[in-house]
Amino acid sequence: MRKSWWKILCVVLLFYTLIQGLIGAIPRQPVLNETLRNVYFHVPLWFGMMTLMVASVWFGIKYLRGGNIQDDEFSSEFANTAILYGALGFITGAVWGNYTWGDPIPKDPKIIAVEVGLLIYSAYFVLRSSFEDEQKRGRLSAVYNIFAFAAFMPLVWILPRMTDSLHPGNGGNPAFGKYDMDNRVRMVFYPAIIGWTILGVWITSLRIRLRIIKRLKTEQL
Amino acid sequence: MQEIRALIEKEIRLEWRQKYALNGMLLYIVSTVFVCYMSFKLKVDIIEPITWNTLFWIILLFTAVNSITKSFTQEGAGRQLYYYTLASPQGIIISKIIYNTLLMLVLSVLGFVVYVVMMGNPVGNLPLYLVCILLGSIGFSTTLTMVAGIASKAENTSTLMAILSFPIILPMLMMITKLSKSAMDGLGWETSYDEIAILLAIDAIVLSISYLLFPYLWRS
Repeated sequence: MRKSWWKILCVVLLFYTLIQGLIGAIPRQPVLNETLRNVYFHVPLWFGMMTLMVASVWFGIKYLRGGNIQDDEFSSEFANTAILYGALGFITGAVWGNYTWGDPIPKDPKIIAVEVGLLIYSAYFVLRSSFEDEQKRGRLSAVYNIFAFAAFMPLVWILPRMTDSLHPGNGGNPAFGKYDMDNRVRMVFYPAIIGWTILGVWITSLRIRLRIIKRLKTEQL
Repeated sequence: MQEIRALIEKEIRLEWRQKYALNGMLLYIVSTVFVCYMSFKLKVDIIEPITWNTLFWIILLFTAVNSITKSFTQEGAGRQLYYYTLASPQGIIISKIIYNTLLMLVLSVLGFVVYVVMMGNPVGNLPLYLVCILLGSIGFSTTLTMVAGIASKAENTSTLMAILSFPIILPMLMMITKLSKSAMDGLGWETSYDEIAILLAIDAIVLSISYLLFPYLWRS
C-alpha cells in the first residue's frame, strides 16, 4: 500500500477524468461547444510530455555526473514515453483542430514545435542504436539529449509567444483559463494533469524494470 | 587564451595546407548556386523574394553541415589522443567554434556574392542582411560543431550529422529567415531588434551548453 498508493491515485484520477470528460457538465462556448472536453486529454498530455522530457534530461545529467548505467536506462525510457505522449497529444490536437479550426494540422508555431520535438527524439534513438558500447552510448546520447533540450526550449516557450498562433495564450490570444474555463472545468482539469503525468511515470517505470531484468539476465549468461 | 589562439592557428594552418577541402567547399557552394540559377533563372526568370531568401539559407545550411562535419573527422584518432593530452577540452571546443565561425563567414559571404551575381539582388537593407549572415554563421557553427563532435564518434557520421542537427537548428533557421526577410524588404533596424536579441540569446545558450558538455564528449 505504501508503495502503490500513487498507482491507485492514478487510476482513480483517470477514471474521474474519463467519466467527467465524457458525461460531465461543460460550459457552452461559441465555436468550442462540446469539444472543450478535449481539454482534459489534449492539454494534460502536453504537460505530461514536458514532465517526462525534463525527467529524461535530469537522468541524462545524472548519468554524466555519476556514470551509473541505470540512469541512462531511466533517461532513454523517459524519452520513449515522452515520444508516445507527444504523438498522442498531436493526434488529440488534430482531432480537436479539425472541429474548431477547420483543419487538423493548421499552420501554427506550436504544431511545428511538436513536430520538431518528435524529430529530435527520433534522432536521439537513431543515435542510441548506432553505438555498441554501453558507456559510450550512454554518454553521447546524454550529451545530445541535454543539448537538444536546450535548443528545443526556446522553440516551445519563446517563439509561439512572438508570432501569431491559434493556440490560446500565445501571440496575443488570451489564455484558456481567462474566459473558457469555469470552476467545474478546473475541478476536472487539474486532477487530469496529475493523473496523466502519473500514468506516464508508471508506464516508464514498468519499461525500466523490464530493461533492468533483461540486462541482469544477459549479464548472468 | 593563449591555448585557444594556438589551437585556432593550428586549425587555419591545417586548412591552408590541405587546400582541397577549402576549395571543395567553395566549389560546392558555387555549383549549388549554379544549379539554382539553372533551374530558376534560366528557365522562367521569375523568383519570388521569399523563395530567393529561403533558397539562400538552405544552400548555406547544407554548406555548413558539409563543411563542419569534417572538423572532427579529418584528424585521426591518434592525433586526437595527442591533443587530449595537450589541451583542455574547453580550449578545444572554443577554438573549433571560433574557427568554424570564421570558415562559415568566409563561405557565406562568398556564397552571398555569387548568389547575388547569379540570382539578382532584391535586398533592400544590405547592412542588416550582412548582420543576419554574421549571426547565421555564428549560430550554425556553434550548433553544428557540437553535433559534429557527437556524430564523429559513431560510424555513419554523415547521416547522423544531418538527422541530429536539422531539428536542433530549425528554431534558429526560422528566426534567421524571418530576420533576413525583413532585411530584404528594406525595413529599418528598429523593427528587427527582437529577432536579433533572440538569435543572440539562442547562440549564447548553445555556446554555454557546448562549453559545459564538451568535456564529457571529449573523454571518449
